Amino acid sequence: MDGEQVLTAPVTIEYPFRRTTGPVIGAFMTGLREGLIVGIRGADGRVLVPPQEYDPLTAEDLTEIVEVGNAGVVTTWCWIDEPLEGQPFDRSFAWALVRLDGADTAMVHALDTGGDPSAVHTGMRVQARWRPARPADVEADSKADDGGRYREGHILDIECFEPVTDSAGAIDQLAADQEVAR
Amino acid sequence: MSEITLPASLQGVAPVKSIRTPASLEYQYSAGRASSRFLNNVAQKRLVGQRCPTCLKVYVPPRGSCPTCGVATDEDVELTDNGTITSFCVVNVPFMGTLMDIPYVSALIVLDGSDIPIMHLIQEVPYDEVHPGMRVEAVWVPDDEIGATLESIRYFRPNGEPDAPFDSYKENV
Repeated sequence: MDGEQVLTAPVTIEYPFRRTTGPVIGAFMTGLREGLIVGIRGADGRVLVPPQEYDPLTAEDLTEIVEVGNAGVVTTWCWIDEPLEGQPFDRSFAWALVRLDGADTAMVHALDTGGDPSAVHTGMRVQARWRPARPADVEADSKADDGGRYREGHILDIECFEPVTDSAGAIDQLAADQEVAR
Repeated sequence: MSEITLPASLQGVAPVKSIRTPASLEYQYSAGRASSRFLNNVAQKRLVGQRCPTCLKVYVPPRGSCPTCGVATDEDVELTDNGTITSFCVVNVPFMGTLMDIPYVSALIVLDGSDIPIMHLIQEVPYDEVHPGMRVEAVWVPDDEIGATLESIRYFRPNGEPDAPFDSYKENV
């Protein structure tokens, strides 16, 4: 080989899936579009968020969709120093498990503290930051990978969670809850 | 699935029934030395294969080794842009990302002097007249559009020669 240049080219392989949700996940997505979060009542009375179709202990069908709060408590978290392509932020953020008010399980979502890891701690109170509802005169962008700018029934209808400014007592609340759980 | 009960806040609103969940994989493809050399030759409007030193078969595009004998190939073989259709497919399904009107014909073409077919489009002939043994020639894009890509050949079309005898391409059927 006489020093020939090796050719390279960018290649993108994309699978443009659309999946049906079924009624349970559909209810969760419908709730997001409406700006509220729902879970489902498990066989033992606990509220699971996001809702699951079958009880994790008894495997029976679950049917009672329950609205939970917009805010909750961080039960654990992981700091993302260098976000990857496709993640919700291009600056540092946390993935957090958030147990919403009225829920008995935690769901994962992004937590934005403006890039400051020292502002994140287990037990802090956080609230959903929502995308705006789509105005009636704006067409839905059915091709937007992340659901678009407006709430359309997508997990990123919640842009992220953010600290609740008045978080006094949050740690105590988590500790108390864990005491009850034991 | 039993009937779902919804909270008041979700009653009477149109339910979300499906969501888009695209999966995207982004690569930087490296053609490697053998294919790069082939494509750089294509940019010069030349089709250059390589001959296996053991079984003497000529591969195009060359991959740098013989898949049968497992030995490196280093003898370049200049090929013409004429060949014989060994097999073909009439495409009636529109694919995302293609600019072709359906139906169109995709064919395996064994270039004269080579021992393995390449795949390319067949045009300038009704799709129902395409057949194995049909002799074809490359139609290149205009010289100022030629680059290091097989898209430098727009398609193949019949070259007017009589059909090749079956024995001449039976190894590739």
